[in-house]
This record gives sequence, C-alpha cells and structure tokens, in this order.
Amino acid sequence: MALAALKAQLNGFVKSMHDEGMLDSQFTQIQALQDESNPNFVAEVISLFCDDAKRIITELHKYLDQPDVDYHKLDAYVHQLKGSSSSIGAQRMKLACVDLRQASDEKNKERCLQALNKIMYEYCLLQNKFQTLVQMEKRIFAYESNQQLKESGYAGVST
Amino acid sequence: MGMAAESQFHVLAVDDSLIDRKLIERLLKNSSFQVTTVDSGSKALEFLGLLEDDQSNRNQLSVSPNNNNQVVEVNLIITDYCMPGMTGYDLLKKIKESSSLRDIPVVIMSSENVPSRINRCLDEGAEEFFLKPVRVSDVNKLKPHIMKTKSKDHQKPENEEKQEEEEAAPKTKEVQSPQQQQQQSSNNNKRKTMEEGLSPDRTRPRYNGLTVVSN
Repeated sequence: MALAALKAQLNGFVKSMHDEGMLDSQFTQIQALQDESNPNFVAEVISLFCDDAKRIITELHKYLDQPDVDYHKLDAYVHQLKGSSSSIGAQRMKLACVDLRQASDEKNKERCLQALNKIMYEYCLLQNKFQTLVQMEKRIFAYESNQQLKESGYAGVST
Repeated sequence: MGMAAESQFHVLAVDDSLIDRKLIERLLKNSSFQVTTVDSGSKALEFLGLLEDDQSNRNQLSVSPNNNNQVVEVNLIITDYCMPGMTGYDLLKKIKESSSLRDIPVVIMSSENVPSRINRCLDEGAEEFFLKPVRVSDVNKLKPHIMKTKSKDHQKPENEEKQEEEEAAPKTKEVQSPQQQQQQSSNNNKRKTMEEGLSPDRTRPRYNGLTVVSN
C-alpha cells in the first residue's frame, strides 16, 4: 500500500537524521504531538524554527562584525538559538550553540567566528533535510486526505 | 459547592520564545487544558488583571477585571524562567505577593539545570520546576496541583489568611497550621518530584549533586 511506503520512507529519513546526530528524542516528541486535528504541527514547528534560526544567525553576524563585540548581546541571542534548537530536537545545532557560548564567554572573537561558521553549516544541512522531511509529510497528508475523500464518496484528488 | 465535573482547567503559559509557546500550547491542549499564551511576565500580569499601584508598594497590588470586564479564572500558571525584562522568578514573586492570585499554582520552566535557581523558585512557592524541553510526562504532573489548590480553597477558613501572610520559608518546624503543614509536605513532594525528574530516560546530562535542604 502506497501510504505505508510513504510513511516508511519518512521514518527512514528521520531515523537517518537521528543516526547522524542531527536530531534527538525531542523531535520524536514533536512528531507525537501531531495528529488528525493538528496534521501540520511538525511542518509548523519546523517553519518557526527556521525563521527563528535565520533571524538569530543574521543578528549574530551583525554583532560579530562590530569592531567592539558586545558579547553580552551575543550571548543572549545564542541562548535563544540554543533554546529553539533544544525545543525542536536539533542536537547538532544545540551543540554548535554551546561552542559559541563558550567562545563568547572567553570573549574570543576568533573562536566566536569559527563557532558561528559551524552553526551556519549545521543550519544549512538541517534546513535542507527539514525541507525534504516536510515534503514527505505533505505527500502523506495529501494521500491521507485523498483517502478520506474517497471513503466519503467524493471524487479523488489526484496527487 | 462540589467539584465541577470535567470543566476545562485554564492554564496561562508565559514564554518569550515563539516555538516554546507553540509547543507548550500543544502539550497542554492535548491534555485537555484550555490555554492562553503570552510572551512576557508583564503581559501575564495584565492578563491576570493585576495592576500595580504607582507607589510600587507590593502589598497594594490589587486585582481588577481585565479589559473585557470579565474576571479571568486561571487555574495554573506555567512560565519560563529566562525572559527579558521580568523573569519567571519575578513573575512568581509578584503572583505570590498578591492576595488574590497567590493561590494559583505556578510552575517554572527552564532550559538550564541550575540547582540554586530551582531551589529559589521552589522556596518562593513554585509547585514544580520543569527542565526544557517540557514533555508530556511533565504536563501530566499539573492536574494534581490544580486539584490540590481547588480543594484547599474549599477548606480554608478566613482567619488562616493572616497566618499565611506571615508564613516564612516553609522549612521551619514551629507549630504549624494545617495549611503550613500542607505547604511543607508539598515542598517535600516538590523536591522529590524534582529528584525523581532526574530519571535516566532523559538523555540530557543532569546535575546529580543537588543539595536538598531537608525539613
């Protein structure tokens, strides 16, 4: 059955992200919060996270670009990003944030720049994978909606 | 007045992070709570109808109906600790200083496992301290606190109110009113809950050297 195959594909994909350390058990918790009454929950959370991450990474760049870095402000932003990463289960992002926080504590600009690069790298990877994941979710949702329409006697929606 | 059967409990969730607000809202709604989320402590106080007197005398905090002229009933407040401006701890203090709001159970959430912070919040009267990210198992701990408060409301005679105002940190072992005993045993439970919360199924590193002040 096609739906089972789609779901297996999604599960396999998520598992690989877990295996690579990109996601931790918190992401599983988020998936568990999705149900028929909230079929887009995962996609919505991912979207919020990505918007947040982009915004914060931009700010981090801005602060690190200053000749006189405001490490206090920097730390506040990293704290936010670390929190969001933790809430969505983005393990490697979270760890990259910890690195930046340490570098910021040491007021070591060079290390901060390296750490920020790492954050950006992890974010790029993660965002790419999330895009794929959300596409898979959409396909499953479309399939399930189509099934429901068929079962209630309406014309099927072609996917 | 008996306990209303299955009427929804209303939780006010306070967090400056949009993602966390979304998560806590879903967690709470999945547990059949009615949920209001706000992004700051001051908005929370506004929602609760708490207006501060200009003299900033904390005993003059009074409750007014909110803008809709409806008295808002909130059965539990769950708040993040780290927020710009008013922290969760500040919010907790203001709530506990208010004669009309102090009986609302307050739960604190934090992404950081700092024992002194945890103790400070519990001492100030927080019912629980959850480490973020908050899980379903945490949310399952909320209803008992609401139920406990509701039954306390029915029992409390008026002359106990003065005693509660003078209540010191609930570690003292003097002659205690039933209220103080209840508060103290619930503090013991809180600390136990906190320690139990450090269970191996959670994958984050936990602080194991927590010093619990025994009563």
